[in-house]
Amino acid sequence: MRSDSNKNKFTEFVLTSPTLFWLIFFFLIPTIIAVIMALRPSNPYGDLEPGWTLINFETIFSPLYIPVIWRTIWVSFASTFACLLFSIPVGYYMSRLSEKNRKIILFLIIVPFWTNSLIRIFAWKLILNPDGIIQAIFVFFGIIPESGSLIYSTGTVLLVTIYSYLPFAILPIYAAAERFDFRLIEAARDLGATRWHAFIYIFLPNISKGLMAATAMVLIPCLGSYVIPDLVGGTSSQMIGNLIANQAFVARNIPMAAAWSTLLMAMILLPLVIILCSKILLKKENC
Amino acid sequence: MKYKSRFSKYITILVLVFFYLPMIVMTVNSFNNSKYGITWKGFTFQWYIDMFNNPKILFTLLNSLIIGITSMVAAMVLGTLSAFCIHYYKSKLQFINNNLILIQLGVPDILMGMSLLLFFISIHIKLGLLTIFIAHVTFCISYVTMVVLGRLQNFDFAIIEAAKDLGATWPIIIRKIILPLLSPGIVAGGLLAFTLSIDDFVITFFVTGPGSTTLPVYIYSMMKHGSPTIVNAISVFILIATFILVYFSQKLTNSKKTQ
Repeated sequence: MRSDSNKNKFTEFVLTSPTLFWLIFFFLIPTIIAVIMALRPSNPYGDLEPGWTLINFETIFSPLYIPVIWRTIWVSFASTFACLLFSIPVGYYMSRLSEKNRKIILFLIIVPFWTNSLIRIFAWKLILNPDGIIQAIFVFFGIIPESGSLIYSTGTVLLVTIYSYLPFAILPIYAAAERFDFRLIEAARDLGATRWHAFIYIFLPNISKGLMAATAMVLIPCLGSYVIPDLVGGTSSQMIGNLIANQAFVARNIPMAAAWSTLLMAMILLPLVIILCSKILLKKENC
Repeated sequence: MKYKSRFSKYITILVLVFFYLPMIVMTVNSFNNSKYGITWKGFTFQWYIDMFNNPKILFTLLNSLIIGITSMVAAMVLGTLSAFCIHYYKSKLQFINNNLILIQLGVPDILMGMSLLLFFISIHIKLGLLTIFIAHVTFCISYVTMVVLGRLQNFDFAIIEAAKDLGATWPIIIRKIILPLLSPGIVAGGLLAFTLSIDDFVITFFVTGPGSTTLPVYIYSMMKHGSPTIVNAISVFILIATFILVYFSQKLTNSKKTQ
């Protein structure tokens, strides 16, 4: 028996090690390196200097960069909220359609889901261009002055972010809504609930898993957004992702790029750690 | 009920218009005879001709395909292995394995790109096709694992025990039982890995070196400096390819469901 279980452990190790070591080498260790590099000082040319320092984090939290951190947070949360707001009715509507119509709408939503994001962002660059049609309409109705610009603003970044991530929010919400038993709503209505109450207290709680998945699918990539502010945003709509790329490719200051990455990592991991800890605590209480 | 679903219908139509209007504008514009391509200056095929005459597009597309196919194969092997281990053993080691994969899924592209760049710099690997391959395999493994794990949910391990009792050795079990039963999951995971790899811009942008530019990285450089007209023409091609691919993959999954 004993040798059998030992042999089993050995097989398990042999089968697990290729992937495990790959991820340790090319995911875990690089992530740790990024955190370590953030603690290294650099000279004015961006080269590494010996020793350790916290100066990079002091730079990050200087008044110069606080607006960028704040913008990253609010743009991400606002676009996540907007994506949920639009996805819930779409998911609801799709799950109530006939099989044939549902397939057509699903197809129309999966295509943008799979279309290369660069292309989808570039399409907006065309539309919002100062010589473009929307600019002309807006100027005509006096919404913006003739010298005004639609593109290269934080509002554009928000719009294009919503455009990019909306399919990622619709699909999980639709998947959850499809499994929802709509007789529950009928029952609630028969028992005197208003439409609104049935929607809030019956439908939404039942698709909560889909809502959570949609939130994660939109919020996390938004926080790390780089291409969208880079292509349609201006200098006043930079996000943390732009600062990482800037430090890595333009300023060539590796410790600063690493420090920004560490901050972003902390912003994403913190909620995850809180969720994980609360889950473990809940489990312990239940035991 | 009626009012409610009418409201959601309008929102759905609005969302679809929102999705497709920019793509339609882009498609129309790809035939627009204006250098900076905004106001309509007549019909032309010029940008498509330019596209076919640009050798760099073919070269970068080739790079993308090489990376896509090789990293797909590697991710299929590694992802299937880890999915099998996570599902079969359920030990402490697998707990670590599973969480590493889940965390990896949650990390934004730019962080993966940046930390891999730092890693390659610190161990002095020259940036090029090899570093792109490593990066792509790393982010594809998790997706393949998740897809194959989904397939394993309805996998009855009693079959393996039965085969063992009847004298089958592991190589036979793998070849005759595990692979055939898992192959739809492995293939789906592989296709996902291939599309993710072909589409990836951010991670590749960080770990690419001279001569190893992939198509998305090249498209991005054309968007930033230079020829937006060719970008329109390429985009239309990629759009059409996406439409066809999604159509066939939908058909495939639908026919499987009815079987």
